[in-house]
Amino acid sequence: MIRLAVRRLLSLVPVALGVVTLTFLLVHLVPGDPVVAMLGENAQPVDLLQMRHALGLDRPLASQYARFVAGLLHGDLGYSIALRQPVARLIAERYPATAELAAAALAVAIVIAFPLGVVAGVRPGGAADLCAMSFAVLGVSVPHVCLGPLLMLVFSLELGWLPLTGRGGLAHLVLPAVTLGTALAAVVARMLRQSLARVGSADYLRTARAKGLGATGALLRHGLRNALTPVVSILGLETGALLTGAIITEVIFSWPGLGRLMIGAIQARDYPLVEGCVLVFALSYVLINLATDLLYPLIDPRVRHG
Amino acid sequence: MERRNASLLAGGLLVVLVALAAVLGPGLVGGDPFRMDLARSLAAPAPGHWLGCDVLGRDLLARLVAGARLSLGVATAVVGFSLLFGSIAGGLAGVLGAAADAAIMRLVDVLLAFPGFLLALGLVAVLGPGLPQLVVALTAMGWTGYARLVRGELLSLREREYVVAARALGARTGRLLFVHLLPALLGPLMVQASFGFGGIIVAEAGLSFLGLGVPPPAPSWGSLLDSGRAFLLVAPRLSTAPALAIGLSVLGFNLLGDGLARRFGLRSD
Repeated sequence: MIRLAVRRLLSLVPVALGVVTLTFLLVHLVPGDPVVAMLGENAQPVDLLQMRHALGLDRPLASQYARFVAGLLHGDLGYSIALRQPVARLIAERYPATAELAAAALAVAIVIAFPLGVVAGVRPGGAADLCAMSFAVLGVSVPHVCLGPLLMLVFSLELGWLPLTGRGGLAHLVLPAVTLGTALAAVVARMLRQSLARVGSADYLRTARAKGLGATGALLRHGLRNALTPVVSILGLETGALLTGAIITEVIFSWPGLGRLMIGAIQARDYPLVEGCVLVFALSYVLINLATDLLYPLIDPRVRHG
Repeated sequence: MERRNASLLAGGLLVVLVALAAVLGPGLVGGDPFRMDLARSLAAPAPGHWLGCDVLGRDLLARLVAGARLSLGVATAVVGFSLLFGSIAGGLAGVLGAAADAAIMRLVDVLLAFPGFLLALGLVAVLGPGLPQLVVALTAMGWTGYARLVRGELLSLREREYVVAARALGARTGRLLFVHLLPALLGPLMVQASFGFGGIIVAEAGLSFLGLGVPPPAPSWGSLLDSGRAFLLVAPRLSTAPALAIGLSVLGFNLLGDGLARRFGLRSD
């Protein structure tokens, strides 16, 4: 298990380096001058020169990259032009709000997906399966950008049950978490259903049934754990959608997280802050996938001993 | 009717309806999506303005069908370019040997380590708003999936008996590729493209909602949703109508993808 964890951690190094490099190239190599974009087409040449020098953009690309990576290793993500504060500090202030929203959405997804997936997977082709999978298709097809305003309309404006926007207690968290978690719930429910249906025809379950255990009991007692590996895998992969969905959800509900910070930075053409936010989002995705990888051996001993 | 056919039929029907709305809608609806009439600001639905008007008095239905044209147009361009670049990259990786395979697939892996929408967002942030920039950003997000699919399928197909037999009979690489390998790839590519359409419509709506898509006054579904948000209480239809249009289109492409997957035997249930 420890060897597996070390191997996975080592495999993280090239991926993280790739993400850092891509983030750097995104801002430094894409056609167009970010300084002109920041200061506008009519900026004075002297102002352009000064800004280019302040951001280190007048150095050779390799030198800029080395400086970028060295800064990262010291926790230095640069300086926000618009907010006049270190990027790392701004991100550290906003990150907990995004993590809270993503964790709540994950909880919503699991609470919705597991009963639906199990009900559908126990009797594939039955009425419950049809209802659960219809929800799954709908859930996947209604993006956050549509669901958020609709939930606001019904539960905040019409019924007045929940706050419209902002971050506060649990009540503030409900609508953003449901908005962000519903699509994930649909994907997980579908995967769990398929996985359970596949496991249902396994020899060891036939043996369990032959020894007198009911079909549903055998599936839940012996099959569910085996059906979980692809579900955990899809949960890891879908965190990318969860993180980027958080950007839109934060804007809809005025949630003071990293996503709103990033959109504000894009609108203000604050490139150091955009770069920092993109990097932190992407590295979070890579780290969550690593955590998912490390979960497999806990669920499936074959991975541990394989 | 079997369920698999139902998915294909329902999805196909929805997609055809959305496509008809995009192609014929502006002619049928008749209104000018850009014409402002402040006297009709937030007007309720009435004959001639079947979904009412927005805050600037522009006809919502006309803007909605113009949005269908824009959303489907962007999705068609992005899926087309993604298919082209992805198929070429995946084909080269699958055919040219280990060195090319390693180089291309490492690039794909690094891009896939980035959440797709984040990559598009980062690119749009740097390139600035505009239709060509949007297509470039969304294609950068989309092509990797096709490259992976084509490369994986080619590697698997190369070992199939009929391909080995054709090679043993002296078939050259070109004949192998175009007669035996590419036709077998059509099914998986059609399925991926169908889901791709849905994904791109969502991503385009998301970027436009954030103000980073096609600049105003172009009526993208995402920007309609964004501008309607301020009037949720007084005119909820300004938000619900584009939300419904996005949801139904994505549902159509997802059902079509599901139906095609079952039709080509790529999914059993």
